[in-house]
Amino acid sequence: MSSASDRAAAPVVHVRGLATGAGGKILLRDATFDLHRGEVLGVVGASGAGKSVLLRTIVGLTPAATGTIEIFGEELGRRGQADLRRFGTRWGVLFQDGALFSSLTVAENIMVPLREQLHLSPALMHDIAALKIALVGLPPDTAEKMPAALSGGMRKRAGLARALALDPKLLFLDEPTAGLDPIAASEFDGLVRDLKESLGLTVFMVTHDLDSLMAICDRIAVIVDQRLIIGTLAELVHNPNSWIQAYFCGPRGRAAQITEAANG
Amino acid sequence: MAQSIEQTRDGDALVLRPHGRWVVADAQALDDRLAEVKAGAARRVRIDLAGVEAMDTTGAWLLFRLKRGLEAGGASVSVDHIGADLAPLFAQIEKRPSGPVKVPRRGFGPFVLLEHIGYRTVELLRSARALVGFFGEIAITFARIAARPQRLRFTPMVAQMQRAGVSALGIVGLLSFLVGIVMTYIGAQQLKPYGAEIFTVNLLAVGTLRELGGLMSAIIIAGRSGSAFTAEIGAMMVNEEVDAMRTLGLDPIEVLVVPRILGLILTLPLLTFWADFTGLAGGALMCRTSLDIPLTTFLVQLHSAVSLWSVFLGIIKAPFFAVCIALIGCNEGLLVSRSAESVGRHTTQSVVQAIFLVIVLDALFSILFNELGI
Repeated sequence: MSSASDRAAAPVVHVRGLATGAGGKILLRDATFDLHRGEVLGVVGASGAGKSVLLRTIVGLTPAATGTIEIFGEELGRRGQADLRRFGTRWGVLFQDGALFSSLTVAENIMVPLREQLHLSPALMHDIAALKIALVGLPPDTAEKMPAALSGGMRKRAGLARALALDPKLLFLDEPTAGLDPIAASEFDGLVRDLKESLGLTVFMVTHDLDSLMAICDRIAVIVDQRLIIGTLAELVHNPNSWIQAYFCGPRGRAAQITEAANG
Repeated sequence: MAQSIEQTRDGDALVLRPHGRWVVADAQALDDRLAEVKAGAARRVRIDLAGVEAMDTTGAWLLFRLKRGLEAGGASVSVDHIGADLAPLFAQIEKRPSGPVKVPRRGFGPFVLLEHIGYRTVELLRSARALVGFFGEIAITFARIAARPQRLRFTPMVAQMQRAGVSALGIVGLLSFLVGIVMTYIGAQQLKPYGAEIFTVNLLAVGTLRELGGLMSAIIIAGRSGSAFTAEIGAMMVNEEVDAMRTLGLDPIEVLVVPRILGLILTLPLLTFWADFTGLAGGALMCRTSLDIPLTTFLVQLHSAVSLWSVFLGIIKAPFFAVCIALIGCNEGLLVSRSAESVGRHTTQSVVQAIFLVIVLDALFSILFNELGI
């Protein structure tokens, strides 16, 4: 069992010297970080700083300019479809607007990964879909609705349900709480925290939600001036960079810290 | 991974000892095993999870379902050796009971077929009514623009002419050229036995100028630009861009539809003229290479066969075809609902309807010209 324990100790996501960008423009240089099992990393940065591009690069949708990315100890190079299929069972990705398949109902959307990756009876797939719909806090009748009939917040939660369908060990979330009301957002925080504690879920989360950052993120990565600065909240608050100061010690940042201190 | 559930009796209690992994990948085997579990007469059930190697959300839910099912049967259920770290997950699952999922059935049979036919008929009538309504809306908008010409969006209109017209020159020219060759070839084959191959030129000239030039370019443009209109406007509908336009006080008809219709009305007659020219050129080439009719003879024969009036009769139909194509293309685009499938369905509809109407219109023109004796 030594190999298994070695694997448990190895980082889930291992990024070294990564440079990436969009449209021929480099947005991020020399990003280096590890994400360990059961860790929640929040990624923040100004609009257009490259948060989503970083996420897309790590899951292999956008090619990296330089650098290496290892996920579950395997390098993400030029992977074939078979590799992607294998990774598809081990991670879940939530896109900014949910990216639900518009011609399928919500339940069918959640059943897509189940159907493609596993051999389950239709009845069991329906039950699992219903479970995931309930877990993300959607009412049961959402299952039969088409994505076009849902609000933005509901689409996002349905997207999360699809990302969770195969119980992945690693979750990539692009602004999961944007567009949710504060009650739904804190329920989301609770769900991620409970899944993390029970299943050792690892989360890479792009977010602007200061409450989420303080409530569930173990570490925070800030993209500023094309660099990635990583640290715990306590460390970042003392970072002299003016953008980071404005972000965490501005009026909203301070309010969220006060709330979190009162709760925690 | 082998799934098994060991069932033993301990006095009046039933003891379940599951082994294996309780994860979504093995959920089917687990579900099958769980179906075999019956409490029977046992009043107490103990579930000992010591043998379970791993558990995820699906596994936890199956355990929850088992417990609930046994309790509904009147037994009291206790769970042993459950990992302490799984407690938050159970709390989440118990907090939000999931309802049953109804999945729409897609059946077969005579009634479904009947229902389908009725549904499609109603849909067809609705889209015909929508098209008439849309035509009226366009007419009002045109009247408004005629009153205040500065409201006409000139730049988008020219851009549409470039995309629907200039960019289509190659394909329209090539196809007409080839059709000209084919017509000459077939005509010559039929007329040669009578020594009348010179009349191939008459056949080609009348066929191309009166019918084929206009019809060919209209059909190509219906496939090329009509579909593009639907897909462009449809994608904007999916993205709520058209709604955004309305809230900004812009009239989508004025901004999106009028430039496309006007652009196509101006472009299609020119394309028809181009198709006429290339069709005749193809015929001339064929006459020269395989019928030994030199270009001068071809031109003399052409001059005696048709007049400028024939060219005009072919081209006068083009603006009507253009209105048909652009109107249907834009209308179908605006009918798109917010799904990818809807964009595809309406694009297909747009091309099919446009080609259908173009050919019907062409037939009506033939009857009209015949009645008028021209």
